[in-house]
Amino acid sequence: MPQLEKHSHGSYAAAFAASLLDPGSATPFAVAGPAGKRVDKRYNVYRNNVTVSLIDALAAVYPAVQRITGVDFFRAMARSHIRATPPSSPLLFEYGRDFPSFIEQYEYAGSMPWLADTARIERAWLDAYHAADAEPLPPAALAEVPQEKLADLVFIAHPATRIVRSRFSAVTIVATNRSNNPICRIDASTPEDALITRPDLDVVLRGLPPGGATFIESLMSGRSIGEAAGSALEVLSSFDIAANIAGMIEAGAFTTIMSGEAR
Amino acid sequence: MNTANESIAATAMLLRFPHPIDGLAGTSFKHEHLAAILAEGPQRGFFEVHAENYMGAGGPPHRALETIRRDHPISLHGVCMSIGAPQPLDQAHLARFRNLVDRYQPALVSEHLAWSTHENTYFNDLLPLPYTKTTLAQVCDHIDEVQDAIRRPLLLENPSTYVAFNESTMSETDFIRTVARRTGCGLLLDINNVLVSATNHGFSPKQYLSEFPLASVSEIHLAGHAEQAGDEGELLLIDSHDRRVADAVWKLFEIVIGQCGAIPTLVEWDSKIPDWTILKAEAAAAQVILDSFQTTMPSGCHAAA
Repeated sequence: MPQLEKHSHGSYAAAFAASLLDPGSATPFAVAGPAGKRVDKRYNVYRNNVTVSLIDALAAVYPAVQRITGVDFFRAMARSHIRATPPSSPLLFEYGRDFPSFIEQYEYAGSMPWLADTARIERAWLDAYHAADAEPLPPAALAEVPQEKLADLVFIAHPATRIVRSRFSAVTIVATNRSNNPICRIDASTPEDALITRPDLDVVLRGLPPGGATFIESLMSGRSIGEAAGSALEVLSSFDIAANIAGMIEAGAFTTIMSGEAR
Repeated sequence: MNTANESIAATAMLLRFPHPIDGLAGTSFKHEHLAAILAEGPQRGFFEVHAENYMGAGGPPHRALETIRRDHPISLHGVCMSIGAPQPLDQAHLARFRNLVDRYQPALVSEHLAWSTHENTYFNDLLPLPYTKTTLAQVCDHIDEVQDAIRRPLLLENPSTYVAFNESTMSETDFIRTVARRTGCGLLLDINNVLVSATNHGFSPKQYLSEFPLASVSEIHLAGHAEQAGDEGELLLIDSHDRRVADAVWKLFEIVIGQCGAIPTLVEWDSKIPDWTILKAEAAAAQVILDSFQTTMPSGCHAAA
């Protein structure tokens, strides 16, 4: 393990890092202030920078969660998460993927069972924001496909497209709390599936009709329209294939269609 | 995706040649200012961006940077390469950094004398290192590696620090001078960092500047700092980037420019972002100082070195 040997030379980083996320541990022995001055408050500047900046990073990813819980609750929850799961990538927009699961287990959020799905949609929102650019299918993309070939078509998803399924009214909760609209009472008990797209610069969040998430996820996994419709019809016998296809094309969820034979 | 590759190639062609940056003042580029900047049309000045904010695949960040880059020189400022860490550089991160340099052809490329990742944890702060023969060799190796990757000189920024290390065996200025000499890297002199560290460690900022290898400086940073107190009530300056540049920093800046000529100078503002007019006015103040020395002497501190 040459790696380990190299790290042992770098004990300054190991010693300095060990106490950064642990407010109960001592200031590292190796650091010094001028003229023998004590260094606890000086070291705490680094501790504070690390924790506050990472809480701010989570707050930037999860504004609706913060608006719902209030700032103090959110910052306490975020601080617990940071100590349990600090970032492993220097790209902060990648941070917080485990935060929704953390919220699900977070004792004090137990009375808000829909909060984790709210966070899942916000995480998908940011992924869509940073996803690669691509031209979505034009509205008339299917117009020239002969009727008998339709069932065999396969679709390539836009890089930004995300689906989040929820047993709760997570789409309504996110849409309401990411705007500056006044806070209103939401019945959280209606299951809602989210479609997140970014056809151009703006991320768009939509609620999907029943069966819609199954349909789009099937298409995203490379199955044909016929196969995807079959899965959706199992969810809902009255699934409206034409309306769902029109809706997902209008949302910019896909970039390319190919005949199934090309697979 | 062919279309994505083609659009990147097209962008790269458009951005092929950096706009000249000599003698210019600039500001941090914040997306909330984009509309105000575009409304004014192309202006005399440059913009600096944190590289990591543009390491996503696409979307609004790249669109904004492409827009601003068409009419202005850009400075690409890395924040988390962790050059001062004892562990090897993150190769994936280095590749992303190289790709950004290739894509946007910035006039300046810089990073910090600091570390931010230990083992697998990224701390999102610029953490300090001791100045020893061992760390000198590590930092030089890391800078060689970055410069090999980007195929151009990197500017290394002097840090702001709150603690020192008992094991240090050389001064920060000796360390930085040796790094610049061994690696051929340029330097980014952050004058606010000089004042912050000088205050925090009880040395003279003018003395530090007199020992700093000014001939290697290709960019200057100015920024605001906050005041706190240490354990014994002593003044502790915090490198907060959340307010106007302090008077003491402006005075040091004038001394450096008087000595070296008009070096490209950035006003950093990363937190509590003000209206564009306020940030623009800070840059205009720096430009006045640069212009007052621009006519009389060439840029560069060669004679003083």
